[in-house]
Amino acid sequence: MELVCPAGALPALKAAVDNGADAVYIGLRDETNARHFAGLNFTPERAAEGIEYAHERGCRVFLAINTYPRPEGWSRWTAAVDTAAQLGVDALIVADIGVLDYASSRHPDLPLHLSVQGSATSAEALEFYQQQFGIRRAVVPRVLSLAQVRVLCETAPVEIEVFGFGSLCVMVEGRCTLSSYVTGQSPNMNGVCSPASAVRWEQKPEALESRLNDVLIDRFKAGENAGYPTLCKGRFEVNGHTYHALEEPTSLNTLALLPELLAAGVKAIKLEGRQRSTAYVAQVTRVWREALDAVCADPGGFAPKPQWQQALVKVSEGTQTTLGAYHRPWQ
Amino acid sequence: MRISLGPVLYFWPRERLEAFYAASVASPAEIVYLGETVCSKRRSFRPDDWVQLGRELAKAGKQVVLSTLTLVESRAEMGVMKRLCRNGEFLVEANDLAAVKLLAEQGLPFVAGPAINVYNAYTLRVLRRQGLQRWVMPFELSRHDLETILADAERLGVRDGLELEVYSYGRIPLAYSARCFTARHHNLQKDQCELRCLQDPAGIPLRTQEGEEFLTINGIQTQSGRIYDLRPEWQDMRALGVDIMRISPQPEGTPELVQRLHDAIRQGKPLRADPARACNGYWYGGPGMVFHGAGDA
Repeated sequence: MELVCPAGALPALKAAVDNGADAVYIGLRDETNARHFAGLNFTPERAAEGIEYAHERGCRVFLAINTYPRPEGWSRWTAAVDTAAQLGVDALIVADIGVLDYASSRHPDLPLHLSVQGSATSAEALEFYQQQFGIRRAVVPRVLSLAQVRVLCETAPVEIEVFGFGSLCVMVEGRCTLSSYVTGQSPNMNGVCSPASAVRWEQKPEALESRLNDVLIDRFKAGENAGYPTLCKGRFEVNGHTYHALEEPTSLNTLALLPELLAAGVKAIKLEGRQRSTAYVAQVTRVWREALDAVCADPGGFAPKPQWQQALVKVSEGTQTTLGAYHRPWQ
Repeated sequence: MRISLGPVLYFWPRERLEAFYAASVASPAEIVYLGETVCSKRRSFRPDDWVQLGRELAKAGKQVVLSTLTLVESRAEMGVMKRLCRNGEFLVEANDLAAVKLLAEQGLPFVAGPAINVYNAYTLRVLRRQGLQRWVMPFELSRHDLETILADAERLGVRDGLELEVYSYGRIPLAYSARCFTARHHNLQKDQCELRCLQDPAGIPLRTQEGEEFLTINGIQTQSGRIYDLRPEWQDMRALGVDIMRISPQPEGTPELVQRLHDAIRQGKPLRADPARACNGYWYGGPGMVFHGAGDA
């Protein structure tokens, strides 16, 4: 089972490589990838440096071109594919059917992975992508239960990569337009969710308010931990009750499920967080490297070490973690 | 311009569905989409019941299309999808690439529903090779996107014979999840949900802490709070080459609404939306929740 780690900049890439990543995934500095944040990501020159650094140390680099181009953007996406081929990345992570078609016909030797933004949750959907574009791997949405992951691994024509840790999308990736409903910008089109440019904080006498394009997302009393107003993680009123109606600010953490994921035949574990710091990347990579080595050496005797969990909780959103959809009661 | 009735997005009891479709026979909607697209636990109608209803509606002169589930997680759900894709009679609306694959391997034409991510003509070209006959544009695309995609499709030689449908009235299905938010609201687990969404024939309103009707909870689906209303755009849509306007069934007033739209089209008259409840921001290329009234668009 491989460990696939995030990097939003060269120092983070080096930290992932140095701490034991089998592969690092990165994006270019534009909206062709799903973490299109100011100051983040790689110019082609920095990417080349990072790829050289990783390859010298036996680590692979994947490049995410995993947003959906509209007509005006098309040439930027195809240029990104060509750049990736020239850079010699080890795989492209792609969501859009048109871009997959372009990449597979122009660069037939460049391995393709289906991005989580492709929303494929069944063997039949994966067969479509495999037959049309020869994809070798798919990252599956964070909606399947453990039993469903097991079935998918048995039946899918390609390798399965799952999310192991990081910020949790409660919605199916690639099938959520909540962000564009409020702000005009979405993960699919722009590589952003609840973008910072639409966020406004306001200190009122009774509470601190967070707004997204003027829509009130949450109110925090003194002493409450005020999280980023990702709109599905706000507190709303439903039938007279005000609560986290969609999702609490938590992180996904599947460390405890590693033996089951290994037994299911999951090929790779992905850690979320290209937007996070170098220190985060170093920390989570180190913990997960140790955990993966431990579970592969002795699946039956594996137990997550308390110090691993503590280290992960410290860097988690909302400082709590969940097994997410893998664990049926969460659903 | 033809009018279609989209699949019912809410969980209605059998009697309500029967009454709704009985009333639709007399309505000027020429196309009717049938099937459960949100949650496989909603079984007022089984796949065979939908097919049977489809036969009755077809006899009454409707074009019947069977719609597939959008988020397919279990093998049982895949079994239902296969049953629909191999129905042998009716056109199918694919709401997932698995359905596209199942239909293409039989050499059948299909409709790509709005949950299939088609953002450019290059994607359309791939789907056209698979048998795409009708395309329902994803919600977050704008009029401008549509126009440019169609121009590109023309250039790529895949425009001819492609029917175009636009979701023109109803709350917008904005997101799907493994989690059921209706069950969560009732403090129930999804596996023991007691089918509580039967209680809410138009979903449950979710408001901001300032009382703004923001979203709508509909089981695993999250919808807009406002109603996407593109009826006033019908003339512009026709000029763009849109063939079909989709009306999403509501618990009340849908036949009347279809009739008014039909009359307006036939008489060449403008229609207005209700600024207090409507939104159309996506069509104008901005935040979907915004409403652009006549004159300020």
